[in-house]
Amino acid sequence: MSTLIVLAKVFFIFNVVMGFVYLLTWLERKQSAVMQDRIGANRASILGVRALGLFHPIADALKMLTKEDFIPNRGNRLVHTLAPIIALFFALVSFAVIPFGGVYELGGHTVSLQILDLNIGLLYVLAAMSMGIYGFVLAGWSSANNYALLGGLRASSQMIAYEITLGATLIGLLMVFGTLHLQEMVLQQGELLLGWIPRWGIILQPLGFILFTTAALAETKRVPFDIPEGESEIIGYFVEYSGMKFGMFYTTDFVETVLAASLVTTLFLGGWQVPWLASGGFEFPWGAAWPLSQAVVLLLQVGAFLFKVSVLCFIFMLIRWTLPRFRWDQLLRLGWTMVLPLSILNILVTGVVLLWLETSW
Amino acid sequence: MDRQTILDTKELEINMGPQHPSTHGVLRVRLKLDGERVVDAESIIGYLHRGVEKIAENRNYIKCVPYFDRTDYIAAVSNVYGYVLGVEKMLGIEVPERARRIRIMMTEFNRIASHLLWLATHAIDIGAMTVFLYCFREREEVLKLFEAIFGARLTTHAFRLGGLWLDMPPGFDAACRKFIDEFPARVDEYEQLLTRNRIWLERTQGVGVISAEEAIDWGLSGPPLRGSGVDHDIRKLRPYGGYEQFQFDVPMGKNGDTYDRYLIRLEEMRQSRRIIAQILDDLPDGPVRGRAPKIPKPPVGEYYSAIESPRGELGYYIVSDGSPQPFRLRIRPPTFISLQALRRLVRGHLVADVVAIIGTLDIVLGEIDR
Repeated sequence: MSTLIVLAKVFFIFNVVMGFVYLLTWLERKQSAVMQDRIGANRASILGVRALGLFHPIADALKMLTKEDFIPNRGNRLVHTLAPIIALFFALVSFAVIPFGGVYELGGHTVSLQILDLNIGLLYVLAAMSMGIYGFVLAGWSSANNYALLGGLRASSQMIAYEITLGATLIGLLMVFGTLHLQEMVLQQGELLLGWIPRWGIILQPLGFILFTTAALAETKRVPFDIPEGESEIIGYFVEYSGMKFGMFYTTDFVETVLAASLVTTLFLGGWQVPWLASGGFEFPWGAAWPLSQAVVLLLQVGAFLFKVSVLCFIFMLIRWTLPRFRWDQLLRLGWTMVLPLSILNILVTGVVLLWLETSW
Repeated sequence: MDRQTILDTKELEINMGPQHPSTHGVLRVRLKLDGERVVDAESIIGYLHRGVEKIAENRNYIKCVPYFDRTDYIAAVSNVYGYVLGVEKMLGIEVPERARRIRIMMTEFNRIASHLLWLATHAIDIGAMTVFLYCFREREEVLKLFEAIFGARLTTHAFRLGGLWLDMPPGFDAACRKFIDEFPARVDEYEQLLTRNRIWLERTQGVGVISAEEAIDWGLSGPPLRGSGVDHDIRKLRPYGGYEQFQFDVPMGKNGDTYDRYLIRLEEMRQSRRIIAQILDDLPDGPVRGRAPKIPKPPVGEYYSAIESPRGELGYYIVSDGSPQPFRLRIRPPTFISLQALRRLVRGHLVADVVAIIGTLDIVLGEIDR
């Protein structure tokens, strides 16, 4: 039975993530079209139904599946094939520890809506994200193309710079919550400060939130941090990829966007928490209460998680269509001389405040 | 070093172009890189060579005209204008006032269209995708105006010897006015996205700096020269076709970097709009085509006619031996001369700057290769 539950959760998460990717490819085109006074994708139709271009991702996938899978002569066949798989795999497995809902009693079982109940969840996500970089570096190396090689090198240097920041910003959060377990972190964010403010990460660690979002955006390799791709300069690490292997890199890009949004949601925006919603229903700080059945609470909480992730994805895309691209050295300078020292400062300030709270109370 | 060690590095040589998204056509740059830093760059041109100058020697003066649409195809109207002015000077053809003014108006529209395309591609080279489509939106309006008056959007064959082929079509005046009324707000919109954007500033300021002396030594003209603070605009220095009647400013830069050239081109679009507005307010009636011979035979001699094209000084040096065909026709393309600065400008910069510098020189390979 527990295996079934796990399988059901894997199935659910996988489909939600892929559904997000599906919608994001569509959203990316439509949103940019609205921003740029265009109409956007609207041609793909099934039996004459166009549905605002919602079928375009299907058409894209079909196109990529039927295209020639090209491997450069001097390239390394094995690594060239493996690279997109590595990239996509590690992006997807990171979702295993993201809690998309709370802990519920379902048919006599206690179910925590999180695939893997791991007490070092945060470390696991960071590890998986770091592993994913191998996909890009290997893709650049195995293509036997200098442009791709430059792309791979850019990816690795960018990841090293921002991976450290990503970890450093989280230390402040760890000091506040005292746990690496993502579900527990979200549960703690359900508590209230001063009796009415939700105890979300963004309120406890505002600087951490900004730094983490920046670093997470850099992790997703989207504008303004898209230097490994840099399509007007070096075309990117995937310049020698075609067909579905290119499609996998493309999908990875979107999966990572969803992942970044989910992480920011889980760590800083209260995850699946709805303000003042406890397991029995709403309990407002001014004393009123609105009891709800467990099913409604479950739906509200999962819905809240998906909603927060969607809003963040939307904002990431807004940024992508507004800003120009950084230069390689500027990006690294920003990472090493601005973001990283600030995140260390954040740790210091958090420590001092925690110490002060402990001694005065 | 004779012995190979495990940490030996070597220079990376990559070919940028002729098929590359940001070499603006078929420019090929052979880059020698140390990591991402450019050690040396060699531009290789000629992929679009059609021998326009030689073709001109075998056509009579009228049949030459459409070929110059195709040298700098982004500024086709300016290119034909320069040639037509030169031949008219050789033959002493009088052009009616109405035609003279419409010519200037359309040339300035062309300057706007050309600068819009430049801004669009320059922005997309640096990663700002939205500006690209905004610029194309306005350029489309200009091209529609071209289509209305010349019957073509890109290779317009705009002017004939002695004036225009046809007068403005009905409703053209109103369409022009509509465009120039809306245009300033559009330029402000691009500025909103770029001018004070931190990333844009970082990417353009201090990149591709040309000093005033260097710019003069290289023979640069147009925005690359004015960006370095040299006041040189042929419309002001040696007015042609009636430019002396109109009020406009020549914007100038201080630092000679990519950012200054960006500001200059934006301001030039505003100034072009100002000229167009003056012409629309004061456009005399009358014929649009003066008397010109069917087969012109200019007197023996050498002639040079230069105009300020969107890219700089565009010159036509024509040698006549008294026959219906030019004995020799040489074009002075502004960006052929700008391109020679590329090697010096990119040395020591990063790969990402190479595309920014190619963009800021505003090269058009059609006119470089001819």
